[in-house]
Amino acid sequence: MIQFINTILIGFTSGAIYALMAMAIVLVWRSTRVINFAQAGLALASAYIGYQVVQSISNYWVALIIAMFAGAALSALIEIAFMRLLLKHTSSGPIASVAPIIATLGLLGIIKAGIAMIWGGQYVVVKPPLSNTGFSIGTHTLVFSPMKLAIVISVASLVLVFSLIFQKTNIGLALRASAFAPEIARLAGVKVDLVRTLGWALSGAAGAVAGLLLTSNGNGSFSPESMEFSLLLISGFIAAVIGGLESLVGAVIGGLVLGLVTSFVLMYISGSLFFIAPFVVLLIVLFIRPQGIIGVKVGRRA
Amino acid sequence: MSTNTFLLEARGVSVSFGGLRALHDVHLQLNRNEVVGVIGPNGAGKTTLFNAICGLVTPDSGTFSFGGKEQAWPRTDELAGLGIARTLQGVGLFPDLTVLENVMIGAQRFAQTGLISASLGRNTRDEKELAERSMSALERVYAGALANRRANTLSYPDTKRVAIARALVSEPDVLMLDEPAGGLGPQDIEWMNGLIRNLTAKMSVLIVEHHMDVVMSVCDRLYVLNFGEVISSGTADVVRKDPAVIAAYLGTQV
Repeated sequence: MIQFINTILIGFTSGAIYALMAMAIVLVWRSTRVINFAQAGLALASAYIGYQVVQSISNYWVALIIAMFAGAALSALIEIAFMRLLLKHTSSGPIASVAPIIATLGLLGIIKAGIAMIWGGQYVVVKPPLSNTGFSIGTHTLVFSPMKLAIVISVASLVLVFSLIFQKTNIGLALRASAFAPEIARLAGVKVDLVRTLGWALSGAAGAVAGLLLTSNGNGSFSPESMEFSLLLISGFIAAVIGGLESLVGAVIGGLVLGLVTSFVLMYISGSLFFIAPFVVLLIVLFIRPQGIIGVKVGRRA
Repeated sequence: MSTNTFLLEARGVSVSFGGLRALHDVHLQLNRNEVVGVIGPNGAGKTTLFNAICGLVTPDSGTFSFGGKEQAWPRTDELAGLGIARTLQGVGLFPDLTVLENVMIGAQRFAQTGLISASLGRNTRDEKELAERSMSALERVYAGALANRRANTLSYPDTKRVAIARALVSEPDVLMLDEPAGGLGPQDIEWMNGLIRNLTAKMSVLIVEHHMDVVMSVCDRLYVLNFGEVISSGTADVVRKDPAVIAAYLGTQV
């Protein structure tokens, strides 16, 4: 029984981080129709910025917030200085759907190299601010720790804020509209370029928080080549696809489903399936519901 | 404002796509509170003319004036702020949004809060005002009851009403209607005519339309395009009797 509870709690915590990454991917996809592989690099860069802040003022939570804004700024900068030009030059033809994605892979390499140049290639440590020793129920010790609880709460608040922005504000409305039909949105007076930049900024913010929280879900150490960040990208991407790629709610559900399933596979089947489990989940969902769990089965109309 | 200044004027507009000449030296003028129709056979360049005014295609040459002032051709996202709203032939509602949200998109020019503060949630009052404006625009086209429906559940005539509400909510000086009667039955066309006539109290209307009934009954003046050139212009009676127009329509009675 205790193992069952532990499995759920662990799955829930990593699922929450995947959900955040999935949201980051969905936000960029919705605003510019690009799958942004550089997201892993942005999350990593934000984690390093968090590390730098912790070094100088030694307050993790302030660092998390600064990293969030830094991630937003970096992501917005990439959109303005790079993606906007690229999309303009490849606006038609078969290359148009591929070039931006390949370009984000290139960006990922550049960001990683930049990080290695600034901070070096060795491991750095951001000590998790709260204990990673699990809570106890009677004689049992859970795997769920104060740090994990803080992760879940942080993610939940960010998801809540993002959903409110998306569903309740004017800017959210503009984001939802521009994604679907930019020309029509422009005709209605929406500054689509600005809205796209904002979509990237929100995405960068979500990715940054996911990045730093990811390190704190473990022992806090990471390097430019950390496997965890590549896995975060893959998990986030799979979670986003499971959720239908269009919806923030879908991304959150996708992240939690993926977190729980991998946790159960890990605990009850075999730890060696860790890398395969997410892909199996992806294939199963694509076979049963190709449009994703939340996805709507309609083609895009002009 | 002197009487010879037009609210909207496009002079010497030429547009070509590759080697194809879509518009050649077209002049178009629109007075305040006037309904002007642009008609012509298929492929005459009517929609291209609309697109040029809306910044969706870039003219090779020509000047644009609004409110008597010559200015650069507006960018698409500047139109609403300028006071020009347009509906599209394909209606162009956002299927996943509700009817009210679709209309609210058109009210962006009244949003007071900037993007950044809006994303921080400081715009509750703004939201309420935009929703109210949108609701009254919907009521103007008798579509208030549809407010909470998703746009992809509407009947075709209803989507046309909502598209017009979205254009009206920005309180434009110029309303551009691209085939407002297209695909409508006689009853809805009658309703549309009535609506357009009522609108002229507050704005000018520019219409591209195939339906001669609509054009002839609501337009103060007409421009007839053929092969990208204006072959005739004037009141419905003048245009109807113009031999060039009759020839362009292959002798059919206009």
